[in-house]
Amino acid sequence: MPTFMRFLVLAVFTILVGAVCAPGFAQEIASEDTRSLDGQVQEIKSDVLSIASELGNLEERLLYPSNTQLALFVAFHDSEDFRLDSIQVVINGEVATQHIYSFKELEALQKGGVQRLYTGNVPTGDHQLKVTMHGKLKNGKDFSETDDFSFAKGIAPKALGITLAGPSLGGSPILVGDW
Amino acid sequence: MNRAPFTATGLLVWASLATGPCHSEELKDLYFGEALYYAHQGLYFEALERLDAEVLQHDEVDEPERDTLYPYMDDAEFSLGDFELRYRMHQRAGRAITAVLEGAVDDEVRNDAAYRLARIQFQKGQMEDALLALSRIEGKVPEQIRDDIEFLRANIYLALDRPADAFDTFKRLQDSKSYGAFAAYNLGIAHLQAGERQLAIEQLDRAGRFETSDPADLAIRDKANLVLGTLLLEGGDYTTSAQFLDRVRLDGPFSNQALLSAGWANMSGEHYARAVVPWSILAQREVTDAATQEAMLALPYAYGKLDIHGRAAVYYGQALDAFGTEVEKLNGSIESIRDGRFLDALVREEIRQNKDWVIRLRSLPQTPETYYLMQLLASNDFQTVLQNYLDLADLHRKLVSWQSSFDAFDDMVEIRSEHYTPLLPEIDTEFRELDSRFRLRIEQHKMLVKRRDDLLTTPRPEFLATREEQDLLNQLDAMESRFGGGELRTSEKMLLERIQRLRGLLVWTLNTEYHERLTEFDRNLRNLDAAMATAQAEYDEFVRSRQAATHSYVGYDTPIRQLRTEVQDSIVRVESLMKRQGHELELFAIDELVARRSRLENYREKARFALADSYDRATQAQARSVLQ
Repeated sequence: MPTFMRFLVLAVFTILVGAVCAPGFAQEIASEDTRSLDGQVQEIKSDVLSIASELGNLEERLLYPSNTQLALFVAFHDSEDFRLDSIQVVINGEVATQHIYSFKELEALQKGGVQRLYTGNVPTGDHQLKVTMHGKLKNGKDFSETDDFSFAKGIAPKALGITLAGPSLGGSPILVGDW
Repeated sequence: MNRAPFTATGLLVWASLATGPCHSEELKDLYFGEALYYAHQGLYFEALERLDAEVLQHDEVDEPERDTLYPYMDDAEFSLGDFELRYRMHQRAGRAITAVLEGAVDDEVRNDAAYRLARIQFQKGQMEDALLALSRIEGKVPEQIRDDIEFLRANIYLALDRPADAFDTFKRLQDSKSYGAFAAYNLGIAHLQAGERQLAIEQLDRAGRFETSDPADLAIRDKANLVLGTLLLEGGDYTTSAQFLDRVRLDGPFSNQALLSAGWANMSGEHYARAVVPWSILAQREVTDAATQEAMLALPYAYGKLDIHGRAAVYYGQALDAFGTEVEKLNGSIESIRDGRFLDALVREEIRQNKDWVIRLRSLPQTPETYYLMQLLASNDFQTVLQNYLDLADLHRKLVSWQSSFDAFDDMVEIRSEHYTPLLPEIDTEFRELDSRFRLRIEQHKMLVKRRDDLLTTPRPEFLATREEQDLLNQLDAMESRFGGGELRTSEKMLLERIQRLRGLLVWTLNTEYHERLTEFDRNLRNLDAAMATAQAEYDEFVRSRQAATHSYVGYDTPIRQLRTEVQDSIVRVESLMKRQGHELELFAIDELVARRSRLENYREKARFALADSYDRATQAQARSVLQ
């Protein structure tokens, strides 16, 4: 049952039955002033979203120019036999990033979200990428996998997708491809 | 935002591996996926920021059908509206969904949009508009929202005081997997609203026996029994009322109210001993709960009715102590709110990490102000104001953090400027020289290519002569020209013949080796093509690097200054709104606490008089007993 529908039921219950079983249950506070304030809150949210967007563009231009920009994204293939705990990415022998997944993040990946794991700069040319993931199998045993990849960075921004899967699906648990 | 083209490799990765719920099966737009990643974590600001940028960029591309978002545009528009709705931006959410609704889209897409719009309008209390939006649903309806639409429609009818229109829908939905218990309950409410009391009782009875193990359904089943029991209690049917109230689970969310009502039902039916049972249980529960407090007073009243005045006096005494403590606690809470600690507690990060944070708030030390606010916190109107306040607090945190990053940006630009400014003029001078040489080579290359092409159509062996051969030919021409046009002597003739033989030998060599030389020329030219391509790539890379050097520090002053001003202005606006919104929250909370305190003080007065009365009666009873 979606939360919204619970709200519906609660709303109807409050409208019709509130007076029956819970006198003075909640105060009516949705005054005109409140609504006006609510409108102003929505406006400032909209304005701050615009600022965030502009700031994002500025940051990208300033910190990650297109000719050196490299972005790594992670997608996860949900597997009941495997729970992802962490990932580490090494670019040309240096640790670029590592991430430990929270429950919420893992859930978001399982539902089809794509995580921007890393944004950085590399010069044009060929590069080495090493991806290591750690997790736990259904039987409680630790599972770890490391794979090496190479990629070429041209003058355009480079986006690489890392797709992670459990060991039971066959094939490599780590796949890397252009996006 | 820059984006890389979606290549075949990426497509295969997704196609072969991506299966699962929601968008993952087919989603191939990276940035939409990123927005979903945030949305699935409840981070709607971040999700909106990403998706807004992605949709905006899609709108600006020259060939949108080649963009990776193209196949998901309808879904992206929906999601925008959905995220905006969840981020409590109803104005924008409505606009986004209306845009989809009015576009040329499939029935299923349009009907989904109509449903979402109706849902927004219902939440905003615009029932007529919500009904109008639902009336736009026609043709094929997505299966997963069919029940949702019907349930919403029926609830709108109830809100519009048209219960008769909701009957059929609720009856039908009683068999729905998602809405069975809710529909059964709401059907009872609809009958109640229509003034059909007996039908309402029968329906609520059915809803109160709904078989389920789902926690939400169990709660609504409890609610049906509670409402039914309360209805009968008010109607004077105490015995039946108690039976329905007894159906409410003792560990459910409605158990306190049910125990209280069950006690009153028995009390009203003059079954005093039976009233003691639920009230004894309730009186031991959380003391801040209004039902518990009432039970603490009602329990000794029941003992009084049973003529057990001694025990009644003990319980009145306990109630009196408890009420005194609670009044003190309430005073502390009111004081604490006035000191601003309530708002501080609300925005504590560690509390909000938990979805049951409202409940956890109660157990926080040093936040007595939250003890009595559970019901207020749970009310929809308060939640709207509270969520706005929390959203504003989040915005404030973000803006302050951004504000500090501008100084870093300025430093970065300045350092780059200091680094590049002295270097670039020298580099530019060298580049100009290199550039002119490179252009010359390009022209030469073009000329050679043209010559090769000409030779393919019109053979000119002399063009393929080596430098030595060309020198020899030139020397032979020069020697031959010395003989002029006059009569030649024998020795001169012999010399001329030797020159001509030599020329003949050269021409012979040039002609017989022509094809071989042309092939060699072509091969060399092709090698040169590759070298020229490499040189061109390096040239381009240099040009880009040179541009990037300039772009790394030029042109940022204005946007940074503007953004800095916008952020500063927004901080001022957010702080002002937070102040107003926070003040409103504090007033609501204080009003609630004052009302609870007033009620407790009233209880305390009653308890005090009742305690004295019980002592008197107990003493009199004891005296009578002694006399007898």
